[in-house]
Amino acid sequence: MSEIATGGGAAAVAAPTAGPEPLPPEEGRRPILSWTVVAFLLPAVLLLGAIVIYPLLATIRSSFFNASGSSWVGLHNYKTMFTSDATLTAIKNNALWVLIAPVVVTAIGLVFAVLLERIKWATAFKLVVFMPMAISFLAAGIIFRLVYDADPDRGLLNAAVVGVHDIFAPASHYPNARPRDTQLLGAAPGGGYQTTKTYNPGDTAEIGLLAVQAADIPSSAQNAVAPTSAAGSVTGTVWFDFTRGGGGVQNQIDPTEKGLPKIRVNAVRGGSVVANATTDNQGRFTLRGLGSGGVQLRLAGSNFGTPFHGADWLGPTLATWSIMAAYVWMWAGFAMVLIAAGLAAISREALEAARVDGATEWQVFRRVTVPLLSPVLLVVLVTLVINVLKIFDLVFVLAPPSSQDDATVLAREMWTATFGGANDQGLGSALAIFLFVLVLPAMIFNIRRFRRDQA
Amino acid sequence: MTTATAPAAERPTPGAPVSDASGTPRRGLATRIVTRLGSGVVQVVLALVGIFWLVPTIGLLFSSLRSASDNANNGWWHALTKPSQLTFDNYQKLLDNKTLVRSFLNTVLITVPATLLVVIIGSLAAYAFAWLEFRGRDWAFIVVVALLVVPIQVALYPVATLYGHIGLFGTIPGVVLFHVSFGLPFAIFLLRNFFAGIPRDLLEAARMDGASELRIFVRVILPLGLPAIASLGIFQFLWVWNDLLVALVFAGGNAKPLTVTLQEQTRAFSSNIDVLASGAFLSLIVPLIVFFSFQRYFVQGVLAGSVK
Repeated sequence: MSEIATGGGAAAVAAPTAGPEPLPPEEGRRPILSWTVVAFLLPAVLLLGAIVIYPLLATIRSSFFNASGSSWVGLHNYKTMFTSDATLTAIKNNALWVLIAPVVVTAIGLVFAVLLERIKWATAFKLVVFMPMAISFLAAGIIFRLVYDADPDRGLLNAAVVGVHDIFAPASHYPNARPRDTQLLGAAPGGGYQTTKTYNPGDTAEIGLLAVQAADIPSSAQNAVAPTSAAGSVTGTVWFDFTRGGGGVQNQIDPTEKGLPKIRVNAVRGGSVVANATTDNQGRFTLRGLGSGGVQLRLAGSNFGTPFHGADWLGPTLATWSIMAAYVWMWAGFAMVLIAAGLAAISREALEAARVDGATEWQVFRRVTVPLLSPVLLVVLVTLVINVLKIFDLVFVLAPPSSQDDATVLAREMWTATFGGANDQGLGSALAIFLFVLVLPAMIFNIRRFRRDQA
Repeated sequence: MTTATAPAAERPTPGAPVSDASGTPRRGLATRIVTRLGSGVVQVVLALVGIFWLVPTIGLLFSSLRSASDNANNGWWHALTKPSQLTFDNYQKLLDNKTLVRSFLNTVLITVPATLLVVIIGSLAAYAFAWLEFRGRDWAFIVVVALLVVPIQVALYPVATLYGHIGLFGTIPGVVLFHVSFGLPFAIFLLRNFFAGIPRDLLEAARMDGASELRIFVRVILPLGLPAIASLGIFQFLWVWNDLLVALVFAGGNAKPLTVTLQEQTRAFSSNIDVLASGAFLSLIVPLIVFFSFQRYFVQGVLAGSVK
């Protein structure tokens, strides 16, 4: 039964770069089959035949049949695939994915791998960045649904974006508040309000506002205090001209009415701002250094604008990009680990020689490291392209129902057509075969690489 | 690529620290200062990147430890300043939720057999491809290599129909068989390349002693092939544990694994964060434990599996 092997060849274990031992070349002298071979191969052959190869052929066939598989329709399903809006969106999105995600992931992995060589805690860093590889797209989807929540009070990303935005452009404290006395205050450029009347130094102004949300009044606000006149300055009070529970006189500071802190008040002369002030906890402000002549008072538009809420990351326009970012988070570790392994195999001498010759680190990276790594980079890119072509779970979980159709990809369309309600196995099969055709170049790449390694 | 074919024992182990360029030749003081400063910047940048990478997962953990109303009110980071918000209630509710517990159990019932079967069937076939002689072996192996990248989409509908005929549709064995079949090309590829690197002398000696092929397989190949088998096992385990699509199609009713049950819950995402966050954490804690316990083998599996 057992065959004394005829092919020679030294064991490959001692030579890591040689790959496994070449298969003995004498095809003709091999036995056709033996019971031993059948016993070892049968389970695998049965499963591969029944659940991979036969279904592949069946799908090719049904891609030429109608929705229920009962009649031949030729290329109709393929025509539908390239003309219907839903699948065209999917093709466009898949193209974006394939063009962008693998390159970004590989570039980030390369940078991490190169930088890692300079730190002592490389192992810890690798574990942290590689960890998302171990979790499911579903869990990652839920994680990033939390990150991308559009409400800046709940979504981390928008909280960060709004925080940074408000450092540079101060937040408005009283969105949509408006003046009580529209005779006194008219609209000003930039969404604020400006007095029709001019004030001279020594004058006082009482500016009552309405439509202030209770939640917008800071807890530090105190009861409003009428302004006192000061020489050389215009003083005033901005307050919420409304007495809770009734009572109170319009356009007059009543005892329980609150001053409005943090309102930015400008003194405007001839269209340009000559002085600024901000109200205190009692709503009072003092505009100093006005020089001679009257000024108009302007409550800047930034007091009343609709607050900045960040972006709708999972909305129809941004969803694909946001999902790609989550994908990068998951797969950068994969690229990093493969590239770091490749980097460890590069000869130190080549790098040192370049450095001794006076090359800068950038030149070493660009001219020595990257070219030497190019085989690894190619493998990483090809793997990621295959992976991205088949992307399904992340889009399915991360895009909220309202964005699903805008973020859709081929694998999701295939699922929708076949199982997700459309019941069109013809179109579903055509989409599956289209995916298969798209991975064919990668299949050929793998086979050639394999045959080269065997040679 | 040699990474895909060299025996795992000789691959560089990425888990271990990369040896730095020691024995740097004499350099000027200025260069050394620049290098030192540069290294400081690199440390800071990488530390920030590391934190950046961790924050989303930490966010999930904190969200899972806050009540539904706290999560509805504001973000998880408020728990950092108000630790009193943290509670295990969500996990308590999770354990009381029969559907989710059942799903967790299903995930185990799918993953364990799918991993064991792929290892057993894959290593049997890999042995035949590496050490048994039969006509057409090289071509058959090319077919295995070709099957590595076949998208599962091409098989979903016909297999669903097939399962319908033989009563496997919607059942756990159906999901398992599908995972095993699509795991086999990679399993055979990885193991065959590793087995072929085992010294011929060891096999020849056993054959001279009259050992049967099965005996050689069990006594020689399996023990020596253990590193590759471990890589494959962990890779397959994580692959199946984390799968959504296959289970979405083939697992119905009482057979749904955790990923499918949770996916159904995402339809009402914001009103459901307490269930989803704790459920997602439950679903990722097992792969994380596996990953941290066997990360060396996992990394080797990834290195070898950069074709799937």
